[in-house]
Amino acid sequence: MNSNREELRIGFYVCHCGHNIAATVDCAEVARYVGTLPHVALSREYKYMCSDPGQELIQQDIREHKLNRVVVASCSPLLHEHTFRGATEAGGLNPFYFHMVNIREHNSWVHTDRKEATEKAKALAQAAIERVAHHKALEVKRVKIHADVLVVGGGIAGIHAAMTMANAGKKVYLVEREPTIGGHMAKFDKTFPTLDCAACILTPKMSEVGNHPNITLWTYSEVTKVDGYVGNYKVTVKHKPRYIVEDACVGCMECIDACVYKTPKFEDEFNEGLGKRKPVFIPFPQATPQVVIIDPETCLNLKTGKCKKTCVEACADRMAIDFTQKETFDEIEVGTMIVATGFKTFDAKRVPAYGYGIYPNVYTALEVERLVNASGPTGGEVITRDGRHPKSIGIIHCVGSRDKKTNVWCSRVCCMYSMKLALLLKEHTGAEIYNFYIDIRTPGKGYEEFYNKLLDEGVHFIRGRVGEVTDWAMTPEEEGKLTIRVEDTLAGYVRRIPVDMVVLATGLEPQQDAQDVRRLFNLSCGGEGWFLERHPKLAPVSTFTDGIFIAGGCQGPRDIPDTVAQAGAAAAECLALIDKGYVEQEPNTAFVLAEECSGCKSCIPLCPYTAITFDESSKVAVINEALCKGCGTCVASCPSGSIVQNLFEDDEVFSEIKGVLAYD
Amino acid sequence: MTKEWKPRIVAFFCNWCTYTAADLAGVSRLKYASNVRVIRLMCSGRVDPQFILEALTRGADGVLIGGCHPFDCHYVEGNYKMLRRYQLLKRLLADMGIEDQRVRLEWISAAEGEKVKRVINEMTQQIQALGPLGFPSKVADWDREMTELEHHVTAAAAGGCACGESEMAAAKPEVAHV
Ligand SMILES: Cc1cc2nc3c(=O)[nH]c(=O)nc-3n(C[C@H](O)[C@H](O)[C@H](O)COP(=O)(O)OP(=O)(O)OC[C@H]3O[C@@H](n4cnc5c(N)ncnc54)[C@H](O)[C@@H]3O)c2cc1C
Ligand code: FES
Repeated sequence: MNSNREELRIGFYVCHCGHNIAATVDCAEVARYVGTLPHVALSREYKYMCSDPGQELIQQDIREHKLNRVVVASCSPLLHEHTFRGATEAGGLNPFYFHMVNIREHNSWVHTDRKEATEKAKALAQAAIERVAHHKALEVKRVKIHADVLVVGGGIAGIHAAMTMANAGKKVYLVEREPTIGGHMAKFDKTFPTLDCAACILTPKMSEVGNHPNITLWTYSEVTKVDGYVGNYKVTVKHKPRYIVEDACVGCMECIDACVYKTPKFEDEFNEGLGKRKPVFIPFPQATPQVVIIDPETCLNLKTGKCKKTCVEACADRMAIDFTQKETFDEIEVGTMIVATGFKTFDAKRVPAYGYGIYPNVYTALEVERLVNASGPTGGEVITRDGRHPKSIGIIHCVGSRDKKTNVWCSRVCCMYSMKLALLLKEHTGAEIYNFYIDIRTPGKGYEEFYNKLLDEGVHFIRGRVGEVTDWAMTPEEEGKLTIRVEDTLAGYVRRIPVDMVVLATGLEPQQDAQDVRRLFNLSCGGEGWFLERHPKLAPVSTFTDGIFIAGGCQGPRDIPDTVAQAGAAAAECLALIDKGYVEQEPNTAFVLAEECSGCKSCIPLCPYTAITFDESSKVAVINEALCKGCGTCVASCPSGSIVQNLFEDDEVFSEIKGVLAYD
Repeated sequence: MTKEWKPRIVAFFCNWCTYTAADLAGVSRLKYASNVRVIRLMCSGRVDPQFILEALTRGADGVLIGGCHPFDCHYVEGNYKMLRRYQLLKRLLADMGIEDQRVRLEWISAAEGEKVKRVINEMTQQIQALGPLGFPSKVADWDREMTELEHHVTAAAAGGCACGESEMAAAKPEVAHV
């Protein structure tokens, strides 16, 4: 088993990766050089090491040439370390007798000078040869996976993921911070490109979630703490007081009618402020759960303590109203999690030239979604804020997208939803519709066809970034209207188009609290603030934290079909882990050499996982392997050098340093 | 050394942020100086000051440590532990006459491939301007001085007079700015 005392026989392989490496690194020279190093029994170059024949080669060599260490110089270990450890094991060696050298991402792809790149590759390879000599046989630990799952965010992504897993028989917790699930989709009337009614496809799913025996739905709740690791997470969920006993409320809404405010008076968030609600309300008729909520900011009783509490009377012996409710907390254990917290739309006020918040008839797209919605504040009738039925409407694309001054990315859905709104507005008002666009982007199934349909319907398209929206009339036709000034880049001159209503196609942005959520779940963010996937192509819903997956708009702008596909993928990833029953953990934990520990205790406060304790009887520190996550911080700080981290032992790192500098 | 001198920089990157960022730089095909040799550790908290000294002693002209941004360490606070050690080590290095730019700590997130490029290019340029560190020969010098000192002390203890004033002064390394 322990081949430490045997003669070292290292097999070295340098991969061409087609041209990816070979074009910049002289692989033959690297193989030749490494072949001259002590203990290297065999040194080869090969076109694709990760391919079946490449892996087969390693296995065969281990057997035929009695190799007891393997080094492969190819791509990043984050990509293929697992593959080659597997090949090493299949060849009959302990997988940890393998080490990998990154000469693609860290070398051939970032350098152009062939000589320099080749020298660097040799240095890195030599480091690995020095290092691998110190490798030990290690055992992979198996950790059991808790079968319950947590889904955070109840938009279409969270809903779909939760349903998929619940239908597979898993117990799912769905945590949504708003009083109802549904996310953005719940606000739409129709969805592109098929124009099927959003409510018809979403609300049945929502109530299914609400009634599913395997789903615990917690709305108006937030995750406040996450501890543990893949398979065994401990999560704290905070339930905000809605002043309603959820189990007692039957959703009859009699309390709403009975409220001392006879007419709705307060800004209705669900309707983007276009409608009014009472202090006690239900966000929209199909809200899930069908439970009302009392807003403490506007409720007379909660604010002043002086109110006739007619709502309580109306509720009568159901006794669902509880003004004394406080925040409560639940602690749950889950094995895997899906973060599906969605996006927010760009704040149109950030582009003052477009007049949002200045001219009442300038709207955001989300407002118009409510305005054209049959269950919206106007029952689907399009009337402007100043009470007019618009005869002409301008839709400005890319507001807060593809713009160096705001956000550089394309929000992907705005072209399509702008055209959807164009069609709906035309249907509802018969108005002339003008779309102002930079480029029309329709990369989806049936999307280009949808665009063609709009052209046939006589919707106008004007190419150019709008300069401003103004109420300053230069001609009699512009009197009393909003004028959109734009350089028509196809016609080649500046145009002024007077309209009654302006719609701003605001782009998609990461949620306001994306950074907090990211920290809570130990995720990474791209520069723009979208959650980062583990690999853009090969692990698009995985994150850098095992057992935590992402889906939907929180990862970047996307439409509903892509969101649902991703949610399904994330659910499948969780199910795959759960059904396997265990995870294999990298054996990179630390342990204390008891005979060398001086008992100084300086390591104990350093461990963020409280994995180190002091054994009073033997007067030495002891590391609980199950709690250790393998960061190595205690190792680096131990004054007597008596803590060892597997896979990153001092000797291993020192020899890597030596090797990397041995080659001049 | 007959070959044209080029700075050699050893880098210790944490697995979760900076190593991944360097991978991203590769995937994005950014181009940067080839002088850095990266050693992957799980966390910047694993960077033992001895690793840095060892690298310098073995002939590195600079050492770069890369970890996750504050609040972002995959292991909660390994990066802070590193920062603390780094600040102490920097003083020691300054006492040994090692210029400030030669040992550098940078927070680079998994998304900052561009920063990997910038930091590596910047550092390579700075060290190119400073010239070789020549630490191995310095260490050899110090070792020799120590041996000589020992001789003097033994000689003095044996009754002979060989006051080592001047040698003592020479043995004391120049103090660079902190
Ligand atoms: C104006 C407009 C029109 C659109 N029209 C269409 C269309 O017609 N067709 C189409 O395919 N796509 C359309 N889209 C895109 C569509 O909205 C998205 O694809 C979809 O909403 C993404 O779903 P999601 O679940 O990822 O995110 P969201 O819908 O944003 O849902 C996220 C949910 O997570 C909750 N949440 C957020 N943070 C937390 C937290 N910390 N804890 C708990 N819960 C949290 C939110 O409250 C929300 O309920 C449109 C977008 C816009 C802006
Ligand atoms: S994991 Fe990056 S610094 Fe700790």
